[in-house]
Amino acid sequence: MAYALQQLINGLTLGSMYGLIAIGYTMVYGIIGMINFAHGDIFMVSAFIAVTAFTILAAADVTSIPLALTFVLIVSIFFTSAYGWAVERTAYRPLRGSSRLAPLISAIGMSIFLQNTVQLTQGARVKPIPPVLEGGVVLWDAPGFAVQIGWSQILIIVTTVILMSAFTWMITQTPFGRQQRACEQDRKMAALLGVNVDRTISYTFMLGAALAAVAGVMVTVYYGVVDFFIGFLAGIKAFTAAVLGGIGSLPGAMLGGLLIGLIESFWSAYLWAEYKDVATFGILCLVLILRPSGLLGRPEVEKV
Amino acid sequence: MKKTLLATAVLTLGGFSGAALADLTVAIAGPMTGQYASAGDQIRRGAEMAIADINARGGVLGEKLKLEIGDDACDPKQAVSVANTMVNKNIVFMHGHWCSSSTIPASDVYVESDILMATVSTNPQVTERGLKNVFRIMGRDDQQGLVAGNYIADAFKGKKVAVVDDKSAYGKGLADEIAKAMEAKGAKPTLRESITAGEKDYSGIVTKLKQAGVEVMAYGGYHTEVALLLRQAKAAGLELTVMGGDTMTNSELVTAAGDAADNVLFTFSPDARKNPDAAPIVEKFRAAKIEPEGYVLYAYAAMQLFEQAATTAKSTKYTALEKAMRDGSFKTVIGELSFDAKGDQKAPGFVVYRWQGGKYDYVK
Repeated sequence: MAYALQQLINGLTLGSMYGLIAIGYTMVYGIIGMINFAHGDIFMVSAFIAVTAFTILAAADVTSIPLALTFVLIVSIFFTSAYGWAVERTAYRPLRGSSRLAPLISAIGMSIFLQNTVQLTQGARVKPIPPVLEGGVVLWDAPGFAVQIGWSQILIIVTTVILMSAFTWMITQTPFGRQQRACEQDRKMAALLGVNVDRTISYTFMLGAALAAVAGVMVTVYYGVVDFFIGFLAGIKAFTAAVLGGIGSLPGAMLGGLLIGLIESFWSAYLWAEYKDVATFGILCLVLILRPSGLLGRPEVEKV
Repeated sequence: MKKTLLATAVLTLGGFSGAALADLTVAIAGPMTGQYASAGDQIRRGAEMAIADINARGGVLGEKLKLEIGDDACDPKQAVSVANTMVNKNIVFMHGHWCSSSTIPASDVYVESDILMATVSTNPQVTERGLKNVFRIMGRDDQQGLVAGNYIADAFKGKKVAVVDDKSAYGKGLADEIAKAMEAKGAKPTLRESITAGEKDYSGIVTKLKQAGVEVMAYGGYHTEVALLLRQAKAAGLELTVMGGDTMTNSELVTAAGDAADNVLFTFSPDARKNPDAAPIVEKFRAAKIEPEGYVLYAYAAMQLFEQAATTAKSTKYTALEKAMRDGSFKTVIGELSFDAKGDQKAPGFVVYRWQGGKYDYVK
């Protein structure tokens, strides 16, 4: 029981991070119908920005952890959003209105470009930071097994919950959310009604990047090492999460992320850890066969 | 027509004289980029220093050595393409590759082109396939696993031990050998698990170890994953002693794991830096601000091996070189080297080391 609870905590932590990245995929898909394959690498860039910010803070002798975390989050969100904006501006906007495949290929190119740039400028080695948030609380001291939750795990789960609530509020209640949903439904009609479509799409990319930046900072704090290749696996998993939850659906992305995190941790807890990824992608296949539009996705209706 | 002939003749002449004047090309290959790049860096520094020294002595058989560097990033596919490139560059000797999973496919390319190789890869299959061109200047995983397995069975009697690998040719090979040696001594591993290299989250496996009450983890794989495992074990409140293989010599383990890396045990050949004959060369590396740790001196020794084999054979032709290598005994910076019929080093010897305060030393 205690063991299962511990694995649940591990799964939720991992799932929160997948969910944060998955939202970037699902939002972009929702608005322009394209998979932004560079999103995983945007996440990787944000982790590097976080490491740089932590290094600067360490050099400046900042010891207050809340202060340091806030600073790193702000810096990382700012620069990563700028990356998100620039990627959209250079790689996707010029191709808008061309064939559906063109921006897809341009996305893959952008992904390779970001990966290689970081590898060349930052080096191929892993970049470690000293542990930032150490220790945690013992939740339940069961006989033979103490269930523990680390401070960094608490931080990740709490931040994700807050961000999700704020995000849902923004999409459903604010004028920007309304414009965003309008562009999702029909870009031409939204433009005719006075919505600045290009700007809305830019903002969507920046928001997705900002969430990826939060995930990047969390990964840096939690695992303590980053390298230029972390975007690939994280991106694939988050993309899977978005598809599993129903691509285009925000709560779906979060649900998909949590599910994948939980499947991974419970599978490696009770079955063979080496078949973890087989299980994850096997379940994805099953869901897609039984519910082609994902768990929370709405089937696309072709209007005649 | 005449002009074309003349031009061809001139070109051919140019080609010949070029060949006659050309330096002897030797090569190293390994992960110069990618997550194991720091090992590639050690190999490069060792080889560069050796070649500078050999050339300062007048080269090999009067010809200067030139170094080619191949980057396989520990990717078997890339290793084969590196091997093909090296064949085209007419190398006479290869020190590499580093990852067993790269060395094995690459050696098939080198054997077809009669290129001699000296590798530090430890998977038994490297020399078990009957290839005549492959020599190993490091021990084998079955020898390494035996030492590690015996040590665990003796030093941690009665404690629960998990054997974990990263599914790579090197990692799985080593972990299997450790488990076999432990079982032979009556110490059955409590858990036998595999992880996926390159991931960041190992909390699932860490929790599983904690649940099983494991205190010692024998690990077959590379240092980057061990660092993450140790950090996450510490965060989960699990005191874990790790026993690894030769890849744990990398000081990146300490940078990434911090003080969680203290007490990591590993097997490696006796420290060449402690070899009194090696002292001048060790000094030379330190004067150049290079710590001759891990694979640095092995790369140096590989180049010495080639120099001495070619001198004995009085030729750099493959058949003569191969015969010289197989029959001879060579004094290198890592000690006396001689090889058996398979190409394995005759007296490899592994000892157990421990990391402590950012340095490693023999376990007393």
